[in-house]
Amino acid sequence: MPSTLGLEACSSDKEQNMAELLKVENLKTQFHTESGVVKAVDGISYYIDEREIIGLVGESGCGKSVSQLSVMQLISTPGKIVGGEVIFEGKDLLKYKTHGPEMRSVRGAKIAMIFQEPMTSLNPVLTVNQQLTEMLELHLKMSKKAARGRAIELLGMVGIPDAQNRIDDYPHQFSGGMRQRVMIAMALSCSPKILIADEPTTALDVTTQAQLLELMKDMVERLQTSLVIVTHNLGVVARYAQRIYIMYAGRIVEAGTTKDIFGKPRHPYTIGLLKCIPRLDEEEGRKLVPIKGLPPNLINMPPTCAFLPRCSYKVGRCSKEPWPPLKNLHGQHYVSCYANTEVKDK
Amino acid sequence: MTVYIIRRLLIALVVLILVTLIVFFVMRLLPGDPVLIYVAQTAEFEEMPQEKIEELRAEFGLDKHIMVQYANWVVGVFRGDLGTSIFYREDVGTLMLERFPITIHLGVLAFIVSAVLGVLAGMVAAVRRGKWLDRIVTPLTYVGLTIPVFLLGILLIYAFGVKLGWLPISGYTSPLDDFWLSTRQAIMPVFCLAIFGLAANARQMRSSMLEVTQQDYIRTAWSKGLRERVVVMRHMLKNSLIPVITLMGVSVAILFGGQILIERVFAIPGVGSLLVSSIFGQDYVVVQAITVIIAVIILLVNLVVDISYAWLDPRIRYG
Amino acid sequence: MVEKHTSEIAFSEAPVRVSEWRRFRRVFFERKLVTFGLVILLLMVIAAVFAPLLVPYDPYQPGKGESLLQPSTKHLLGTDLLGRDTLSRLIYGARTALMVGFISVFTSFFIGVPLGIIAGYFGGIINMVIMRAMDALMCFPMLLLALFLAAVLKDYFSGIWVVIIALSIAIIPGYARVTHGVTLSIKENDYIMAQRAMGSSNTRVMLGHILPNAFPPLIVLMTMQLGALILAEAGLSFLGIGIDPPGAAWGAMVYDGYRYLANHPVLWLAPGIAIALVVFAFNIVGDGLRDALDPRLRGLL
Repeated sequence: MPSTLGLEACSSDKEQNMAELLKVENLKTQFHTESGVVKAVDGISYYIDEREIIGLVGESGCGKSVSQLSVMQLISTPGKIVGGEVIFEGKDLLKYKTHGPEMRSVRGAKIAMIFQEPMTSLNPVLTVNQQLTEMLELHLKMSKKAARGRAIELLGMVGIPDAQNRIDDYPHQFSGGMRQRVMIAMALSCSPKILIADEPTTALDVTTQAQLLELMKDMVERLQTSLVIVTHNLGVVARYAQRIYIMYAGRIVEAGTTKDIFGKPRHPYTIGLLKCIPRLDEEEGRKLVPIKGLPPNLINMPPTCAFLPRCSYKVGRCSKEPWPPLKNLHGQHYVSCYANTEVKDK
Repeated sequence: MTVYIIRRLLIALVVLILVTLIVFFVMRLLPGDPVLIYVAQTAEFEEMPQEKIEELRAEFGLDKHIMVQYANWVVGVFRGDLGTSIFYREDVGTLMLERFPITIHLGVLAFIVSAVLGVLAGMVAAVRRGKWLDRIVTPLTYVGLTIPVFLLGILLIYAFGVKLGWLPISGYTSPLDDFWLSTRQAIMPVFCLAIFGLAANARQMRSSMLEVTQQDYIRTAWSKGLRERVVVMRHMLKNSLIPVITLMGVSVAILFGGQILIERVFAIPGVGSLLVSSIFGQDYVVVQAITVIIAVIILLVNLVVDISYAWLDPRIRYG
Repeated sequence: MVEKHTSEIAFSEAPVRVSEWRRFRRVFFERKLVTFGLVILLLMVIAAVFAPLLVPYDPYQPGKGESLLQPSTKHLLGTDLLGRDTLSRLIYGARTALMVGFISVFTSFFIGVPLGIIAGYFGGIINMVIMRAMDALMCFPMLLLALFLAAVLKDYFSGIWVVIIALSIAIIPGYARVTHGVTLSIKENDYIMAQRAMGSSNTRVMLGHILPNAFPPLIVLMTMQLGALILAEAGLSFLGIGIDPPGAAWGAMVYDGYRYLANHPVLWLAPGIAIALVVFAFNIVGDGLRDALDPRLRGLL
């Protein structure tokens, strides 16, 4: 547990470094489009420990997916990582060449990723076997035979029935949920230290969602892997994540343990998000309150807080000063806000 | 997949019938009495009595119902009996056997060059997009697509034949007779024939690959830590080839068109030059035969292309 | 208390919608090459239309004693065997080329497009028959079909019309296929079914809803085909089919000039370059149109 030494921002502390597996420091990624420069990720910092599950939550366009792609250096033109550090196992990943041998030895083997669209994320012209074994042969130096055996094992672990025969099938012969299981098997095949799940269940129906999340939790516990769940759905992370980061317009606006976020949300955006979700333990007849307005255009953002036009808690400072820095409230709970939202609580 | 192949075969059969119908009935558009056309070149024509003409009419089967004539002709074609050339007095089949191998030889060479080099060029241009290799290849493909093939031939003859004297400017020799001479004579014609296909394939391959690069499964491939060579060759290639194969089917037709022109420029005694001289010589039997054979060849090529999709795309194979 | 939102700095929300026409103009003229191509086309059209006014000499009149002159100030591109000014013949050649191109393209349009819509819309046996017929037509290379038809129609029409008819027939399948494809993709759209439910007749749906959607790819196709047609016409006149002497056609000029390969290269180079330039212009303008109208067509055309 980190010491409470009155930290101003969610930054490094000697004692934290010991357990931290991955630390992202002030990451910035931009896209150069015809209409201007989109600051998709505008200086975010976060960390993840070994065997931890964290959630990265925000609506579409807030930069959460881009941030994870940046960690893996999977950003291509017109995007560019323009600043920050990604410290993994003591080395800054961003210093490596995008497709150099160091980065390649990290991808898949140490940090793996699964994506949102299972329908299109698997290569249609290669069998599942080919797509699984190529990682095993590359990173774990297995022979074809050994890799095939391990692949069948993995498919069994993720719950694909009759794995022995189905391994030679093509992706289009599986359903969406099955394909996502294959992706999970693929991602975890080399026992990476971190698994990043980018909206893994958004494209699936609710029952499958639940099954898949349970499966992921199971697998990462078994393999002692850390998990980053990227989603727009707070409900998904409520059950599984230990800590949550809330993102808005390319920055982290609130961070804390799950208890903190759900119990005592402090950022107006977080409060708004929670108000939109129906809960089992609330009084009947409570109105679901949507957050007014639309997400901002990320080109030519003014220096003030990006949530300002949609905020019901704003004070005078908000329109005059730049985006509020992350302030430590207590323990692991940080928020980026000038307003005192406590007074508004019931 | 069997269902797919059978469907393709049936469709091809229907199209085949339509092709033969087109050739047969267009020929019937010729003005005048078909018998007169057949005998127009003979010396006895002037003195031919009416009975002899009627005799010939019966001999050629021209007194029968038109659909019977059609059927007879089609059967004849598939048995190899293509009629007798008015001009050459020979069995047309023999003429075809003399001329077609020459055209096919150069055509196949050109096809291979355009397919292999085109795909390679397109791949390189896509993978090194925006870099100097791409900047050279892409404009060159434009030139390849717009330059008239006969102009290219003449330009090459002018440069390499006349001015530099490196290559022979006309003629054809079978590689079985004199391999070295045959090759030297073939270089320019094959190059001219291949250019259009090469350019088209390169453009399509490049654009295909650029599209494939954007696909989600390629992002997955990168996220697995694979090397560039593996991502391109194993993950991108097959997916990119599918539209290119379609193009190759179409380019065979264009190849034949080009050959007609190239054979004239380089004085090659192939089927193309025979066609042209037969048109001017009013040797309709030969014209008809050549047209139907080429059309059937193209039909077969397209059929092969269609079936090859099944091999390339497992979604069709196990659909 | 909630303050009235009076921020001095405006936050823009979702991206601004640009006018379609402005976007089209911007994308189309973005590449200088496309503008260059357009200029060439314009020049060609002017040359073709105003040919009689522009030519320094009569392109058909042989000039006595002026045979095979090299380029000079008197004859900018020299003369041919019969003493005719090459430049004048070049300008008239533009006429031939454009005439063949435009007439063929429009004739085929009015035959091929209806065929494609009808086939796609009604489906079933009608679709089978029409599209198989198109497949059969496509088994004949353009040049071969033109030669074949030319051989047969020679006695019915004068040279240039034979070429026009032959080429028109050869390119019909292109229109049919594109329109067919568009029809198929739109046919199942909900708004079409809504139209039918409202009682619109088939013709109305086909003309009013399907056809307009086909215009963007069709316009691109027509531009590309003009290039191909000019190439084909040149090939045909090179072989001696088409315009009869003393008419001027670029392909025939190349063939005539071929005989003087070494000593008078301008005789075959000038018309050859003219052909290449014009075809290039059509292709590049077609590309530009396609990118400006809908880049999604890139795989299709």
